[in-house]
Amino acid sequence: MASTLFRTIQIHPFLLYPTAICRRRNGVLYCTMKSTQTQTATQEKQQPPKVKVSQHTQSKTPDKITRDYEAIIGIETHVQLSTLTKAFCSCPYNYGSQPNTSICPICMGLPGALPVLNSKVIEFAVKLGLALNCKLSLNSKFDRKQYFYPDLPKGYQISQFDIPIATGGYIDLDLPLEFGGGHRKFGITRVHMEEDAGKLLHSGNGDYSQVDLNRAGVPLLEIVSEPDMRTGIEAAEYAAELQRVVRYLGVSNGNMQEGSLRCDVNVSIRPVGQSEFGTKVEIKNLNSFSSINRAIDFEISRQALLHSQGHDDQIVQETRLWEEGAQKTVTMRKKEGLADYRYFPEPDLPEVILTQEYVDGIRNSLPELPEMKRRRYEKMGLSMQDVLFLANDVNVAEYFDATISRGADIKLAANWIMGDIAAYMKNEKLSINEIKLMPEELVELIASIKGGTISGKIGKEILFELLAKGGTVKGLIEEKDLVQIVDPVEIGKMVDKVLSENPKQLEQYRGGKTKLQGFFAGQVMKISKGKANPVLLNKILLEKLNAKS
Amino acid sequence: MLSTIQPSRCLSRFPVHLPTCGRTKSRFLRVVSSAQPVTTAPLADQSQILSIRDSLLSRHLSAVQVADSYLGRLKQTEPQIGSFLHLSEPDKVLKQAQEIDDKIKRNEEVGPLAGVLVAVKDNICTADMPSTGGSHILDGYRPPFDATAVKRLKDLGAIVVGKTNLDEFGMGSSTEASAFKVTANPWDLSRVPGGSSGGSAAAVSARQCVVSLGSDTGGSVRQPASFCGVAGLKPTYGRVSRFGLMAYASSLDVIGCFGSSVADTGILLHAISGHDALDATSSKREVPDFTSQFLSASSLKSRPLEGLRVGLIRETVDGGVDSGVKSAIQGAAAHLEQLGSIVTEVSLPSFSLGLPAYYILASSESSSNLSRYDGVRYGNQASCDELNVLYEDSRAKGFGSEVKMRILMGTYALSAGYYDAYYKRAQQVRTIIQKSFKAALGENDILISPAAPSAAYKIGEKRNDPLAMYAGDIMTVNVNLAGLPALVLPCGFVEGGSAGLPVGLQMIGAAFDEEKLLKVGHIFEQTLQGHKFVPPLIQDGVFA
Repeated sequence: MASTLFRTIQIHPFLLYPTAICRRRNGVLYCTMKSTQTQTATQEKQQPPKVKVSQHTQSKTPDKITRDYEAIIGIETHVQLSTLTKAFCSCPYNYGSQPNTSICPICMGLPGALPVLNSKVIEFAVKLGLALNCKLSLNSKFDRKQYFYPDLPKGYQISQFDIPIATGGYIDLDLPLEFGGGHRKFGITRVHMEEDAGKLLHSGNGDYSQVDLNRAGVPLLEIVSEPDMRTGIEAAEYAAELQRVVRYLGVSNGNMQEGSLRCDVNVSIRPVGQSEFGTKVEIKNLNSFSSINRAIDFEISRQALLHSQGHDDQIVQETRLWEEGAQKTVTMRKKEGLADYRYFPEPDLPEVILTQEYVDGIRNSLPELPEMKRRRYEKMGLSMQDVLFLANDVNVAEYFDATISRGADIKLAANWIMGDIAAYMKNEKLSINEIKLMPEELVELIASIKGGTISGKIGKEILFELLAKGGTVKGLIEEKDLVQIVDPVEIGKMVDKVLSENPKQLEQYRGGKTKLQGFFAGQVMKISKGKANPVLLNKILLEKLNAKS
Repeated sequence: MLSTIQPSRCLSRFPVHLPTCGRTKSRFLRVVSSAQPVTTAPLADQSQILSIRDSLLSRHLSAVQVADSYLGRLKQTEPQIGSFLHLSEPDKVLKQAQEIDDKIKRNEEVGPLAGVLVAVKDNICTADMPSTGGSHILDGYRPPFDATAVKRLKDLGAIVVGKTNLDEFGMGSSTEASAFKVTANPWDLSRVPGGSSGGSAAAVSARQCVVSLGSDTGGSVRQPASFCGVAGLKPTYGRVSRFGLMAYASSLDVIGCFGSSVADTGILLHAISGHDALDATSSKREVPDFTSQFLSASSLKSRPLEGLRVGLIRETVDGGVDSGVKSAIQGAAAHLEQLGSIVTEVSLPSFSLGLPAYYILASSESSSNLSRYDGVRYGNQASCDELNVLYEDSRAKGFGSEVKMRILMGTYALSAGYYDAYYKRAQQVRTIIQKSFKAALGENDILISPAAPSAAYKIGEKRNDPLAMYAGDIMTVNVNLAGLPALVLPCGFVEGGSAGLPVGLQMIGAAFDEEKLLKVGHIFEQTLQGHKFVPPLIQDGVFA
């Protein structure tokens, strides 16, 4: 791919002349570069973090060979921050916009341009550092990491090297029950701030590549985990929890498909009982939690097989690519010694000095995080399955919290949300923020059923109306005259009517065919238009059926 | 009468240029309605800028006449001197001058630098002219923006007359390392103008422009000022925005000022100073009115510098310094004593460490700063069919040998395994130098030294001897490492050329105390009898 890069540049000579691209000259030229890649402008919906596991993996019995080895897994995650502007200039960033439409002299690395730090980057880094229980460096700095690549306009990336903003934390998570459940705590080595690079768009036939600098200079946080994970599932759940945390904090949309959350995984194995580590292999191109899971399990098997055959020398330090189609990892590049990035302190930016007051201010403004939420829900008496479901998506959790804070029955509210509401969202492909049913109406609905104003059956009917069209429970009940009939006299009249209209069935009932009670109940319900209180109805019906005529 | 502009909230960044935060308005530089009476007359003989202003506002001369006079001299002298890499079209300059004249005619306000012809070093970005940094790799490159300093000058009415020659990206001390041409010293055309801002110094010296901007990373304003017999001011690091200055060594680079008088450099500095939201290293300190202290020679007391403590840096007048330079500096010290100051020798034991520390730090930073010149987005691109070859050929063909040498040295110094021995050690030396300057400036109001160990040398003399060339920076690099302001002004001559070669005196002040340097420099200049620092080439005195 790299070999043909120059042709792009010749084909699109305006890229060479920033005067043509920059705003003062001609804004129109921004759009002259054609995208070679189909990109949708619509933002991907935030799918709640959920590890899907293919049949293949689930049904696969653990390899005998694999059982003799222990895998050591560490993850480096890049989270793209959802700041309004880039890290060092005032360009906005929107995923999927036309190539080179969101660039300026600073993020293009023009001669004489200088970076100025967006203070939101610090704020978000501190938030995540605190959320991951890290120790913050009150005095940190930026460094330059130097290498040449066409997507890196300055020839160096502004990053943090020896003094990251946050170090030594941990993340708590609960494994889903289908994977055996259980609580895990994984260490966080460090969190540091850096800028993203641009993107290379390769032509379909591989003849040339083009450079899109829209992403260049977008702020990232890199989170490095301790090598604490042992299975693909643990690694995938670590990533999913990290996604939850950044979404709860509102520092990133965390979408893996868009590349807002990218994981590089390091895997090594060692015979069970051995204390020194094996040679680690890095895996890239992991675009979903399930690919993290499957790639790791594949890699463990691959390494274990080599090891068991005495070919452990064939496990080399390298970067492997996960191929989704073939469901396997393949060599991308072997590492020839350590790359020398010639880090040195970035002289264009002042040191990053945090005051304790600033940090405390952010600490006090942190929202309730997924782990705290899960523990609170657990204490409320919800099952782990319910807890995991409700806390998985921050918006669902907020919806649930809004419902119960208005006094709804906890278990009933959970059931409604996880049952009919979730099913509706799934069918209509809506998020909980998009449904028309407001939490206060769900509270009202639950109370109306519990209090007997409406029946459960009617509750369900109006639920769907509320979900789709909105409105209030009281309004709907009134409008549709749905109040449950609880007057025994009225119900008695309806029963009498049914009994007198069906003398034949009555005779059969009284002749011993007691099953016909259901028929009568149905008839009464029908003429009450479903509003008769079922308990009362059955009670009165029985009395009248069994009464001596 | 000094009013302060309240700092506005400088939140917005590129591309919005905001008014400068926290600057004191200049007494002379207020935007004055051209109908108002002129009050700066007594000083006009000491400052070309004020002289032009007086002439314009009194309707004595028109801006077109002023521009014409400079353009005439430029046309006449440029073929011999070669100060410029790019010249503005004369018609364009005259058109801008005409606009100023029209405003004056209509009694409209004109900027305090109205009609002042400014030359700009070619490593400072200008939107309407090429900006090459003296390098083939940027041959024909036109930036889409003005450097903040240039923008401020234009906003005040100055007319940019052209882009001046320099050592490629500021790396050199003679302007011979320019990729395009050699510039001659107006005092002796067989000699170098110094560097790297040789074009800017020569242009002011030959009165091709009124004032000029240079950049100073290790002495690149001060040494050429000394060689060309003009005043050169290197401001405190952070005083002037670096936005738009092509980075050589970011922690050392500053934009500096050249003028034919101390007052002109002060007025120019005032115009370009102050915080800039586009440069995170630019200082938010208030910019004082550097110009309020310029008194005319006639109004000076007999001992105007009474009590001023001046430290002559012993290490700068040791061996290795030309005897002529040494005696000129001793003469300058004697002159300062006559003006009432107390001159003592002061020792800076770390002084000699400055040169190696400077060359390690500057090379290290430059190896990084010049990475962006890869031929991918702008500038000259080699044609080839493989990415690494694209990089290699574009850079091999685009950069000159001096630049390549410094990139190699810097890359080496930052490499794993060498970082501690070179870069880190040099930073430690830098801290020591900063401390020793602080101590010396605690005991003295200013420090003095030569600006260079010799006067201008012959073109080609040191070209193949980089170490000799580097050694010539010994007087100036320490000041950059310490981030301090320094003013160089002509103080005497040594033999050479047809009329002698000028020697510059360097005055070093405490951080952000340019005010004191300008005051002392101005008095020194006004009282220095018997010297006229106009090169023999220029027969007609300006506005004579």
